Amino acid sequence: MTTIHLEETPHLTYVLRLADTALVNAHRLSEWCGHAPMLEEDLALVNIALDLLGQARLLYEHAAGLEGKGRTEDDLAYLRDAPQFKNLLIAELPRGDFAFTIVRQTLLSAFFHPFWQQAVGSTDRTLAGIAGKAEKEVAYHLRHAGAWLVRLGDGTEESRRRTVEALETLWPYTGELFEVDTVGEAMIEAGIAPDPATIRPVFEESVDRLLGEAGLERPVAGWMQTGGLRGVHTEHLGHMLAVMQHLQRAYPGAVW
Amino acid sequence: MYSQALNERVEGPRIVEDPEKLAAFQARIDAEERIEPNDWMPEAYRRTLIRQIGQHAHSEVVGMLPEGNWITRAPSLRRKAALLAKVQDEGGHGLYLYAAAETLGVSREELYEQLLAGKAKYSSIFNYPTLTWADIGCIGWLVDGAAIMNQIPLCRTSYGPYARAMIRICKEESFHQRQGYEIMLALCRGTAEQKAMAQDALNRWWWPSLMMFGPPDTESRHTAESMRWKIKRFTNDELRQKFVDATVPQGHYLGLTFPDPELRFDEATGHWRFGKIDWDEFRRVLAGHGPCNRERMAARRKAHEEGAWVREAALAHAAKRRARERAQKIAAE
Repeated sequence: MTTIHLEETPHLTYVLRLADTALVNAHRLSEWCGHAPMLEEDLALVNIALDLLGQARLLYEHAAGLEGKGRTEDDLAYLRDAPQFKNLLIAELPRGDFAFTIVRQTLLSAFFHPFWQQAVGSTDRTLAGIAGKAEKEVAYHLRHAGAWLVRLGDGTEESRRRTVEALETLWPYTGELFEVDTVGEAMIEAGIAPDPATIRPVFEESVDRLLGEAGLERPVAGWMQTGGLRGVHTEHLGHMLAVMQHLQRAYPGAVW
Repeated sequence: MYSQALNERVEGPRIVEDPEKLAAFQARIDAEERIEPNDWMPEAYRRTLIRQIGQHAHSEVVGMLPEGNWITRAPSLRRKAALLAKVQDEGGHGLYLYAAAETLGVSREELYEQLLAGKAKYSSIFNYPTLTWADIGCIGWLVDGAAIMNQIPLCRTSYGPYARAMIRICKEESFHQRQGYEIMLALCRGTAEQKAMAQDALNRWWWPSLMMFGPPDTESRHTAESMRWKIKRFTNDELRQKFVDATVPQGHYLGLTFPDPELRFDEATGHWRFGKIDWDEFRRVLAGHGPCNRERMAARRKAHEEGAWVREAALAHAAKRRARERAQKIAAE
């Protein structure tokens, strides 16, 4: 099947951003399967990946419903090219070392936990339903990743160095979590989306608490990366999609 | 997944056991009693089990690699979720089995070091590559199918912790087997290219799956003791035949051809008769010369080495925390 193009409304674009972020984050976590530092982490990282994949599937189904053209979750995941993906850039960066994965998951979970908590009250009742499930899952992700952040920050010289490095690399990607463009404005106005401005204090409080326990400091907020929400990505997403979409692209129309 | 350790004799210093204890032990086995971790057991029984459970655990963990190879490329989100969950189950099986082995007085780290050092074996099947998506179907259908044949009797094995671990493992494996078959079914009902993919995978996985049961009974001299102790309850050839009888009709239902011109149904016995297995290939792969032996071990070692700093950090943090808590307690007193 050739690449599909959706007629995006702000509502559809907004749901796709959430779906794409969940899927891309799940993909990066799934790359650890069989390669983690200990068997328990093989299981735990896959568990988080499975939760996120589940969220992505519900969100794609919702997006397909909003578009109303009879498309499936797989059409949306497998038949759009990188510029049509709307995920947060932080989710697509290569998995890096274990510290990188842990810092990324802590930051994303620290954002998405209050995000989904608030989205439970969304006027989009489907999104609210997904939020109810996601909120519980992300609470666990934050606990798990946060506990590792503390261990790594407070562990050895090497673990601390790697964690600081990951934090410095990832911090410039946190600005995008709070970005509100015209799509975001319309969604907040319609009561569909939580306002990220109200999430920021909760995010900062939980990140600061964890960094404090880990004996680390929050990097100075400087210039922030942006682009994912508009489909302007890092160089990494194209490679990820080439792998992920390979079979659907190589055998157009086949049912698996 | 399954360990071929059932067929091996465990080496070690010969220990002369107290004949009275040995007789009482055998009487318990004969009465179908379960042996528990604190019960007396002959050293050879303990060693056989450690080796077998350890190899079984290693097989689960190494087995995550060939299937993990397709997680990022699974052709639909539903298949991706099922495969992720399946590979996660294999890791979980590895964990219970290492825990079962620990009840026999060996640590998981010791067992794992043996694997990384190339001293412990794992099932030969995982030294074959997963080249197409149909291989994921075949692993579920054939490899997990063969594992179930081997493992159902292990649910009644004489050592309690192993038997109990196997009950849960078997339930999950049978789910995996159905998932694998369903992948094959979708391919066989799909396009001509998909069906060809399914046939090609069957061609490559059929014989290695039959080898999973270990050498023929005529060559497997070391099973008598395991049978007497009810660690093992059926011979390799018995289990292999059961597997062939169950699997051949499933393959025919898919419309696939088995890569064995001698395969035929024997009306007189009701069994499917199959051709000669290439035991040279089996021995070669076990000896380390399969298509992926080196890669599999290199991947396990790489994960272990690259994870060393993480494990050290976790220990260092735990020690620091204990020290801080102690200091606080002293300060409070």
